[in-house]
Amino acid sequence: MPSATTSLPLASLVDAGTIAARNSSRWRPGLAAAGKPALHSEVFASPNEAAGAGAALALALDDWRNLPRGEGRAGGRGDTHAGTHGEPDARPILWVQTRDAARLSGRPYRAGLPKEMRDRLIHVLADTAQGALFALEEGVRCRDIAWVMGEIAGNPKALDFTASRRLTLASEKYGVPLFLVRLDAARDLSSARMRWDVSSAASDAPRWNAQAPGTPVWRAELFRARGHAPGEWLLHEQGGALKARRERQADNDTGALNWTAGLQRRRLSQQA
Amino acid sequence: MSARSGDLGSSRRILAIWLPAFAIDRWRIVTQKAGGTLDSGPLVLIADTAHGPRIEAANRLAMDAGARRGMMLADARTLCPEIATASSDPAGDLAFLERLAVRAQRWGPWSAMDEPDGLLVDVTAVAHLFGGEDALLEDVRAGFARRDLAIRTAIAPTAGAAWALAHFGRAGAIVDRELEQMLADLPVAALRLGSDVLTVLRRLGLKRIGDITTIGRDALQRRFRKRKVPEANPLLRLDQLLGRIPEPLLPVIEQHAPLTQRRLMEPIRHRTLLDQVVNDLADDMAQLLESKGLGARRLELGLWRVDGEVAVRRLEMSAATRDPAHICRLFAARLDDIEAGFGIELLRLRASWTEPLALAQGDIEAQTESPGTSLATCIDRLTVRLGPKAVSRPVPFASHIPERAQRWKPPLEREPPTQGVLEFHARPLKMLDTPERIAVLYASPDGYPQRFRWRGGVHEVARVEGPERIAPEWWRERGSVRLRDYYRIEDERGRRYWIYRQGIAGDGRGGPPDWFLQGLCA
Repeated sequence: MPSATTSLPLASLVDAGTIAARNSSRWRPGLAAAGKPALHSEVFASPNEAAGAGAALALALDDWRNLPRGEGRAGGRGDTHAGTHGEPDARPILWVQTRDAARLSGRPYRAGLPKEMRDRLIHVLADTAQGALFALEEGVRCRDIAWVMGEIAGNPKALDFTASRRLTLASEKYGVPLFLVRLDAARDLSSARMRWDVSSAASDAPRWNAQAPGTPVWRAELFRARGHAPGEWLLHEQGGALKARRERQADNDTGALNWTAGLQRRRLSQQA
Repeated sequence: MSARSGDLGSSRRILAIWLPAFAIDRWRIVTQKAGGTLDSGPLVLIADTAHGPRIEAANRLAMDAGARRGMMLADARTLCPEIATASSDPAGDLAFLERLAVRAQRWGPWSAMDEPDGLLVDVTAVAHLFGGEDALLEDVRAGFARRDLAIRTAIAPTAGAAWALAHFGRAGAIVDRELEQMLADLPVAALRLGSDVLTVLRRLGLKRIGDITTIGRDALQRRFRKRKVPEANPLLRLDQLLGRIPEPLLPVIEQHAPLTQRRLMEPIRHRTLLDQVVNDLADDMAQLLESKGLGARRLELGLWRVDGEVAVRRLEMSAATRDPAHICRLFAARLDDIEAGFGIELLRLRASWTEPLALAQGDIEAQTESPGTSLATCIDRLTVRLGPKAVSRPVPFASHIPERAQRWKPPLEREPPTQGVLEFHARPLKMLDTPERIAVLYASPDGYPQRFRWRGGVHEVARVEGPERIAPEWWRERGSVRLRDYYRIEDERGRRYWIYRQGIAGDGRGGPPDWFLQGLCA
C-alpha cells in the first residue's frame, strides 16, 4: 500500500537496508552463525604461493568459530562435542596432501599455523590422488575431526564429478566441513557447494614497520556457489575474525544502497 | 620392576647361576631330542665369520686338546685333527636361556637373564621355604642336574657379588657379611669388565679386587673416566659389587599373547568363507580380550595352507581396540593378495601387543546422534591403506634451524613436553621439503634483495622484513656450515615468501652466498 511506504521515515529505511543486506544471498564472513554453512568448498590456487591453503584455513576457521554451540541447536557437528560441557572444541584437523602437492607447495609448518590449531593438526601424505580421496572421505566420516583440509595438485582422473559428489554427500551426511585446495588445476566439473579462486593481494602496511609485509590479504573470487551470488572480495583476518571487503569502496554496501535507492525512487515516483 | 640391589645392604639376597658349558649342554639336549649321536670325542661349535669358521664353544675333550673359544677352527685342527664340528645357535641359546629364566622363578619372585650364559634370581626372604640357603642351592643343583646342565651357583647380597662368586669363587658359596674381605681375593675379571679394561688393569699390576682398593679411588677415577658405562669403569663396578650404588636389572616376565585359532574341516579357497572365518576369529578375540580387560595394538593373522605355505598379515592399531567389526574391516584390506592355492586349513589370530582397555558402557544414544567413526578408527584405516608413515602430526623440537624445529610423530602419541618459545618472528604457513635455490638481484651483497627468479617467474620485492640471523648449531654441525639470514618478503602481486641467504660475503666459508626460498607465507 502506498501510504505504508510513504510514511516510513528515512532512518528506518536505512535500518531496513541493513536488514536486507543481512538477509541477502551474498556470501559474507560469519555466515555459519546464521544457517547451515557450506560443507564442501573448493579453493583454486597457484602452487607457487600459500594463498590457497591460507585462505582455506581462514574460511574454515571462520566457519568453525561462528558455528553455534550449545544446547537446543541441532545440525552442526560442534555442538555434541563442545558447548554443552562448556569446554572448547579441541578436535583435531585432518590435512591431506598428495605427494605432488607437498612437493610443489610444501608441507604445513607448525610454528606458522594459527595458534588454536597448532597442536591439533594431523597430516596425511598420500602417494596418489586415489589415496588422498580415500583419506578425505575417511576424514569426513570421522566424528572426532573438526574439519578436513585437502590439497590436490592438477586435475587427476580419480577426482571426477562422481568423486566430488561422493565427498559432498559424505560431508553433508556426517556434518564435517571439507576444504579442498586445488593447486594448478582447471575449473573442472565438481559438486562442491562453494568454489573459490584465490590469489594473494598486497597486504596492508603494519603500523610499526611500514616496510614489512603485513597480515595476509587474499583476493578471493566466489565463482560458483549454491545459494550465494558470485562475487569477489579481499579477505583478511583481524582480531581473530575473518573480514571481507570489496576491492572498490563503492561496492562495499551495494546491496543496501540499491535497496534503499529503489525504495526512494519508488517513493519519489509515488509522490509525483 | 627394576630391582635395586644393594641399597638395602645385607638384607637383599641374590642367587647367581652360571652355566659354564651352556652352549655345549644345550647342543647335547637338542641332539639327544633329535635322536642324533652325542659327542664321544672332541667337539666344537663353530660360527662362520668373514675369515672362516671360528670356535664359539668347545667340549671338555676339545678343551683338553687345546681348542678355545674365539680360536679359528683351522688353528684348532692343527692341534687336534680329529675334532668334530657343529654349528652354534646363538639365537636358540638365548631363547633357551629365557625359558630357563622363567623356570628359575620357582626359587624366587623375579629372575633376570645374565647374557649369554647366566641367570640371576632374587631369593630375598624365600630361603626358609626350601629349608635354608644351603638347601636352596642343593635344590637348584638337583634341578639343573636333572636336565644335564652343569652349573655353578652363589648367593650374595648384591648381584655383582653373586656373579663374581659364581664365576670365580668357591662352588656354592654363600656370603652374608664381610663382603669386601670375602671378595678381595677374586681376580679383577670378577668385576664384569670389558676385555680392554682388564688388559689395562693387568698392565697396571692390579690383579685382584683387593689390589684396587689399595691404590686409592682418586687415581682410578682419573684413569677411567667413562662414568656412564659400568663395563669400562672398575670403580663403578666395585661399588655395584659392594652395594654402594644400585644396579638396576631387567627381570624376565612371562606373558601370554591372547590367541584364537580355527582348524577347518574343509580347506577354504574362497574369499567369502575366509571373511567369515576371520569374522569368527575376531569375535573370539574380542571375547578373550574383554575377559582380560585388554585391547589389541598389534594383531597377527597366520593362514596355514594345505601345501605347507604360511601367509602372515600384521596389523598395528593407533589405539587399543577390541571391536571385531573394526578388526575385520582392517584385515579385509590386507587379505586381497592372499593366494589360497589348494586351500587354507588353519587360521590363527594372535594379539602380540596388548594394552589395558577398560570395559566401557555402550552408549546407544550417542551412536545414533553422531554416526561417524572415532578418531582411532579413522587413523587405523588410513594407516592400513596408505602405509604406517603416511599419517603423522608435527611436534616441536628444540632447535634453531627451522626445518629441524619440527618433527613428525605418530598421530595419537602424547606430545612431548617442550619449553614455550618466545615468538619474536613470524614463521611461514608452509615449508618446502628442501629449500629451492633462487637467483637474487640485490643492490649490495649484504643489502635487501630487490628482485628474484624462482620456478621460472620473476618476483619484484615490494616489502621486506629482515634479516633474522640464524647461526648454525655449532655443537652439532661442522665448522664450515654457513649462517642464514632470513627475510620475510612480499612481491609486487602480494605473494609472501620466506627466503634466506646462506652465508655472508667474505665469511671465508665458500664463494659468494647463495639464496634459497624455504617457506611460503599465507
